[in-house]
Amino acid sequence: MENIIEIKDLVYVYKSEENEKVTALKKISLSIRQGEFVVVIGHNGSGKSTMAKHINALLLPSGGKVYVSGLDTADEKNVWDIRQTAGMVFQNPDNQIVATVVEEDIAFGPENLGIPPKEIRIRVDEALRSVGMTEHRKKGPHLLSGGQKQRIAIAGIIAMRPKCIILDEPTAMLDPSGRREVMDTIQRLNREEGITIVHITHFMDEAVNADRVIVMENGNIVLEGKPREVFTQVDTLKKLGLDVPQVTELAHQLIKSGLNVPGDILTVDEMVIHLCQLL
Amino acid sequence: MLRDITIGQYYPVDSIIHRLDPRVKIVATFVYITALFLVKNFVAYGYVLLFLTVSVLLSKVPFPFMVRGLKPLFLIIILTFGINIFMTKGEIIYQLGPLDVTKEGVIQAVFMGIRLILLIIGTSMLTLTTSPIQLTDGIEKLLDPLKRFGVPAHELAMMMTIALRFIPTLLEETDKIMKAQMARGADFESGNIINRAKSLVPLLVPLFISAFRRADELAMAMEARCYRGGENRTRMKELSFHGRDMAAFLLVTVLLVAVVIDRF
Repeated sequence: MENIIEIKDLVYVYKSEENEKVTALKKISLSIRQGEFVVVIGHNGSGKSTMAKHINALLLPSGGKVYVSGLDTADEKNVWDIRQTAGMVFQNPDNQIVATVVEEDIAFGPENLGIPPKEIRIRVDEALRSVGMTEHRKKGPHLLSGGQKQRIAIAGIIAMRPKCIILDEPTAMLDPSGRREVMDTIQRLNREEGITIVHITHFMDEAVNADRVIVMENGNIVLEGKPREVFTQVDTLKKLGLDVPQVTELAHQLIKSGLNVPGDILTVDEMVIHLCQLL
Repeated sequence: MLRDITIGQYYPVDSIIHRLDPRVKIVATFVYITALFLVKNFVAYGYVLLFLTVSVLLSKVPFPFMVRGLKPLFLIIILTFGINIFMTKGEIIYQLGPLDVTKEGVIQAVFMGIRLILLIIGTSMLTLTTSPIQLTDGIEKLLDPLKRFGVPAHELAMMMTIALRFIPTLLEETDKIMKAQMARGADFESGNIINRAKSLVPLLVPLFISAFRRADELAMAMEARCYRGGENRTRMKELSFHGRDMAAFLLVTVLLVAVVIDRF
């Protein structure tokens, strides 16, 4: 399959407030296929957000190249095409909603693209259905819960018909039920509509269903692979100060105390099956 | 507590006045004000009153709701009334200490009083029947021809929309900061006016910092959604001119003509 995102030797240097040069990304290379569900995990300051902003051309590389759908992000002509192809959802749902009515906000992106009014209407209705917010379309955003606001933000991106959505810690400010809503929405978009998802998070549980997990630390990619491959390296992850999903942690502890369970258990259901077999 | 404040006094019901094109309503309001100030005698007030009564009835906004809007301006009405009664020269009918009440003064006062009341009710009809977002759209479209002379119509409208959008968010935040500061012993309610103003500093500083941070993030989110100013931008809901808009326009023109004819 075609690679929708191609990052080659990406370096990003910025000047801190004390005028010192800080290298946030140190020669990162990464390719993401069309339709893939990639989860990026890492500490605050590991460079994961900085990398995400490069995919949307909000930041431009100091060195190396970033291609989105074959377009070079450093070329100014491509900026709007890239932002339409790779939509971005941010952490704080309050600070990315522009309009005072839900459906007007979803229309904001398509309006910026200069799409005819009738077509915008169709796209807005589709996007609302896609995130399950049709009944709230006439409400003011301040009357919605955090999870609902974040779904509206996602709908606002879907209405632009992107091939790829980058989510920069969209669940960080939400309560558990809001997190569930948002995760269900993105997983459905990936499975049913084939939209490529790059999901940045520090909740390990959200990485379990991904096609690929990328672990970043200090401006480098330190681990990469299927969730099972990554999370079985419990000790490496712990050394980086990162957690593994709770169930995997439990499996790891059980193995240490001599029980015969596999070390790559990721979900509660799997754990139940294996424990039942032991009994 | 702070969340109860409603900005603008939109009264959401479905009526023919609510459905009018916001541009027509804005222009009609200006024509109405012009007509009102051209009125020279009480007969012409009859025309204006008739026009206003018809629009109020059509708008389905309850009359007590409108009168409530008059309350904050009550002082101004009384003041205007008083000044006119005592300051107009003419035939003295009553003496109140050093002040003379004249016949012309009483007539003038009543005349001005009616004008103010009609002015306030008439203009509040605009905000009562038009949602802030429609109002913004209307203003943008009306200012459109002035773009050529460098009036940033789209930018002004966008600023108004964003301001309206963030009023509830910032009110909520103010409430939160206030509670946080009160939990740490801040006192916003006692002391004289200077002390109270001083106590607002620990409220305003975090509020401003957060507002700037929000503005920064919003700007980035808008850019990520391909916002690049008003050029080549389309709108989902286009304003359209219907028969009812024409009728409303004709009606307010008739009012203006009637008032002008009455002057001669």
